[in-house]
Amino acid sequence: MSAELLQFIFSGLTAGAIYALVGLGFSIIYNASQVINFAQGEFVMIGGMATVSLLAAGLPMPVAIALAVVATVAVGIALEKLAIEPARGASIVTLIIITIGASIFLRGLAQVVWDRNFHSMPPFTGDTPINIGGASVVPQSLWVLGCTVAIVAALWAFFNRTRFGKAILATSYNSDIARLMGINVRFVLLFSFALAALLGAIAGVLITPIILTNYQVGVLLGLKGFSAAIVGGLGNPMGAIAGGFVVGIAESITAGYVSSDYKDAVAFVIILLVLFFRPQGLFGRRGAERV
Amino acid sequence: MSVATAASANGKTPVLEVSGLCTHYGRIQALFGIDLQVAQGELVALVGANGAGKTTLLRTISGLQPASAGTIRFLGEDLASVAAERRVRKGIVQVPEGRQVFGPMSVEDNLRLGAYTRSPGEVEDGLQRMYAMFPVLKERRRLAAGTLSGGQQQMLAIARALMARPRLLLLDEPSMGLAPLLIEEVFETVRMLREELITIFLVEQNAHKALSVADRGYVIETGRIVLGDSGPALLGNAQVQAAYLGV
Repeated sequence: MSAELLQFIFSGLTAGAIYALVGLGFSIIYNASQVINFAQGEFVMIGGMATVSLLAAGLPMPVAIALAVVATVAVGIALEKLAIEPARGASIVTLIIITIGASIFLRGLAQVVWDRNFHSMPPFTGDTPINIGGASVVPQSLWVLGCTVAIVAALWAFFNRTRFGKAILATSYNSDIARLMGINVRFVLLFSFALAALLGAIAGVLITPIILTNYQVGVLLGLKGFSAAIVGGLGNPMGAIAGGFVVGIAESITAGYVSSDYKDAVAFVIILLVLFFRPQGLFGRRGAERV
Repeated sequence: MSVATAASANGKTPVLEVSGLCTHYGRIQALFGIDLQVAQGELVALVGANGAGKTTLLRTISGLQPASAGTIRFLGEDLASVAAERRVRKGIVQVPEGRQVFGPMSVEDNLRLGAYTRSPGEVEDGLQRMYAMFPVLKERRRLAAGTLSGGQQQMLAIARALMARPRLLLLDEPSMGLAPLLIEEVFETVRMLREELITIFLVEQNAHKALSVADRGYVIETGRIVLGDSGPALLGNAQVQAAYLGV
């Protein structure tokens, strides 16, 4: 494999891991409520921006990151409590529009709380590239990949090994029947927003040292995470992860061999192809169920 | 009120007392002042045609469907402000219409979810009891519930409900969509549960089967209880015979 291709693959994997985390956030909320949360990208933005400003306030990096993640989770909980829960009983489309409104509101709020400039954040552990098979990889990329693998493993264990994780899965299959088991599905929904915000915030913290951040960085990251979820089959967490890497690698290969002008279009071309030829997603199950 | 009172078993503590219950779907009224009682250890059947409001009544008792008027009392307590998931903790457990097992999850996970409100010790104990009662579920415990046959899924749905240790078991159309031999098997299970003195409220289109196993029965027509009597009396009732038993 040429060093050049390896280079593109590494940058694709790094971006893909971020899209995977964002896509997982979409899937988790979709499973709990069939709602597509278009404020998912804003969680990424808040995670990154809050870390940047807490670092600027002089806090040590681990503390700044922890506080930023907690703050983002609080925003996720507030979003569910103040915007989604009061509209309980409204149609799914209404709820989706509410999340679009919330994303615009959060971007506006970010401009007021912070500003409209781009900000950067130092990488976790230095910026001397490491040579892997001729490709040079910044240490932050390894952080992104390592953390993503750890998070995916933790989520897998949570959903497959814990009682509450299985209760969330049961709610995603049939929320009425889940209630008949004694599962509090309102709490499941609240928890899903918190978990999606957590994943978004971590994605924001991980990627900010590589890409810079500002108040609207969440728009594009959110859309790419959404394409990851669609490519993998909406509501299929493992699909969202695979979808994230498909989108990330396709993007970096296009940028490398065709032109970086088309980089952002790749995600949308992939969405269109999937929707035309395999609407249930690459790994989605068909809508049919045995009665 | 008169019909229900006449039919109630004298002297036993009522587990479930429904009075004047009305339910609406939007502006369409589905239940019109339902009165009925189920006493401790009784098996009470509710029979009626498709669309008469049987499932709606069960969903209102379990709390999935809000009541628009009337009261539901469980062991004397008014359930008006108790959410569906909390009614399960109190002991009202419903086996839903059409089985509705969690298809992609394993048989054992389905059973464990049934005991979601119980302590870990009770979960393990419940699994042992269910596997003893339904050996086929033990054999298939690692398989996805959706791969079971219809009859096995019905057994799983009942076992899943029993895992919650119900004080009142609501059974919604357990014979629906099953072959005659399997219907026999399901009613055998119902009889067995009755012998264990589990209080059961059974809703069925199969009036003959349901009334044959029941202590008492009610007949529902277009959202109203029109008859209430002992199981054998209803089986012998000319009106019931003509409308539901095809005699």
